[in-house]
Amino acid sequence: MELFTPDAGLLFWMVLSFGVVFLVLAKWGFPVITRMVDDRKRFIDQSLDAAREANEKLTDIKKQSETILAQAREEQAKILKEAADTRALLIEEARAEARTEGARLLSEARVQIQQEKEAALRDIRQQTAQIAIEVAEKIMRKSLTDERQHMELIERMVESEGPHPLPTSEE
Amino acid sequence: MRHHTNYLLTVILLLMMTLLPAHALASNSHSSGEMDVKEVIFEHLGDAYEWHIITWGNSHISLPLPIIVYSVESGWHTFLSSRLHHGHAYEGFHLATEGKYVGKVVETLPSGEVVRPLDISLTKVAAGILINSLLLVCIILGVSSWYKRREVTDKAPRGFVGAVEMLIVTVYDGIIKPSVGEDYKRYAPYLLTAFFFIFFSNLMGLVPFFPGGVNVTGNIAITLVLALCTFVAVNVFGTREYWREILWPDVPTWMKCPLPLMPVIELFGIFTKPFALTVRLLANIMAGHSVILALVCIIFITHSMGAVIGGSLTVVSVLFSIFMNCLELLVAFIQAYVFTMLSAVFIGMSRVKQHG
Repeated sequence: MELFTPDAGLLFWMVLSFGVVFLVLAKWGFPVITRMVDDRKRFIDQSLDAAREANEKLTDIKKQSETILAQAREEQAKILKEAADTRALLIEEARAEARTEGARLLSEARVQIQQEKEAALRDIRQQTAQIAIEVAEKIMRKSLTDERQHMELIERMVESEGPHPLPTSEE
Repeated sequence: MRHHTNYLLTVILLLMMTLLPAHALASNSHSSGEMDVKEVIFEHLGDAYEWHIITWGNSHISLPLPIIVYSVESGWHTFLSSRLHHGHAYEGFHLATEGKYVGKVVETLPSGEVVRPLDISLTKVAAGILINSLLLVCIILGVSSWYKRREVTDKAPRGFVGAVEMLIVTVYDGIIKPSVGEDYKRYAPYLLTAFFFIFFSNLMGLVPFFPGGVNVTGNIAITLVLALCTFVAVNVFGTREYWREILWPDVPTWMKCPLPLMPVIELFGIFTKPFALTVRLLANIMAGHSVILALVCIIFITHSMGAVIGGSLTVVSVLFSIFMNCLELLVAFIQAYVFTMLSAVFIGMSRVKQHG
């Protein structure tokens, strides 16, 4: 039964060495390792959380950028449309202006032409009258002596000839 | 290529494990003629004052170990065990060859009376404990220094440190945290020390040559001290609720008063727990060592039965020894695991809080 009776000497050595081993390892051995393992676990968990957060942020940013892009595209379309509208408006305005300007110029030109025509006509009429007088003078010189009689005669004749009697010529 | 080398190395190591003791035993049996299996096994399982390393031919190579005894008559004595060889007496001490103290150091008093002095000799098992402790402390402190030199953000360890970390995490996360409960940090160093001490001693016991091969965890003094440590951890730091459940458990009153049936059973349970721890570890390791030794002994017993039977049984015995060694590797881990787990569970039970 020697195997089943604890020996006093062995008990002493075992208590001594196990005690020393326990004290040494409990102070400098296991706590260092378990703390590190726990810390590493926490660190990994944190890293995972951070990665997940970053991923979520990235997705958010992607979504945001997409909306921004869509908005920009919309804006662009709007601006383009506005530009086209403005252009059309401007063209329309310019056209209208041109039309009115043209009309004004035309009417002005017409008035001027009218005036010039009238001046020319008057001129012509005067010249004609002059020529006629001269002609008539030459003719009448032979028959009429009174110039005044000549003029009256001529004017009557001219009036019955010309389509537009000129007010200026009557004076 | 590296894998092949590793396999080869493993096979060679396993063969060495079985053949080295075989060689040692072979020379033993040659010198004494007949082989006493029982004596061989018991000599290995028990303790000795010298560390027998190998017998080569007829010369025994053994390490003499210091004998430290205290005599009530003449005080402390320290001398090497080689002084007591072949029945020699030294300073009134000699090794008993018969009687109650056979194999132990006894003192012959001036009156002629033979008594056993207080003996704290550094015996083979004691030396084994010291060597195992020293190696274990070196290993764990070496590993922990790896952590001291690094930051949390560094990579996890690989190789040997990684393997030790894996074991620590297995025990720490697998046993201590779930079994002990809230105060697991307080008990973790003790439980981890117990686990590694048992596991490492078991492994060293399986190494067949010096400085291994000592039956440390198969010795009752060692398992008793370990179990007593758990006993202290459980009962000294037990909560008030734990003691209430023992002394006044929640059972019908007639079971605890006037005859304290349940309290007696519970009190008895306090002592059966460490006893079970002691015997479980002791018996497992002792049985493993015995079976391996017995299988090796088969080689020498059948040696005299002729070449054919002897040869074939040698092959069988070597194969069985290899199998047993593998099994003992498993047992080395399992017993350390079981001891730690039960200790953790007992500690967890002693930390109970008020119900509700």
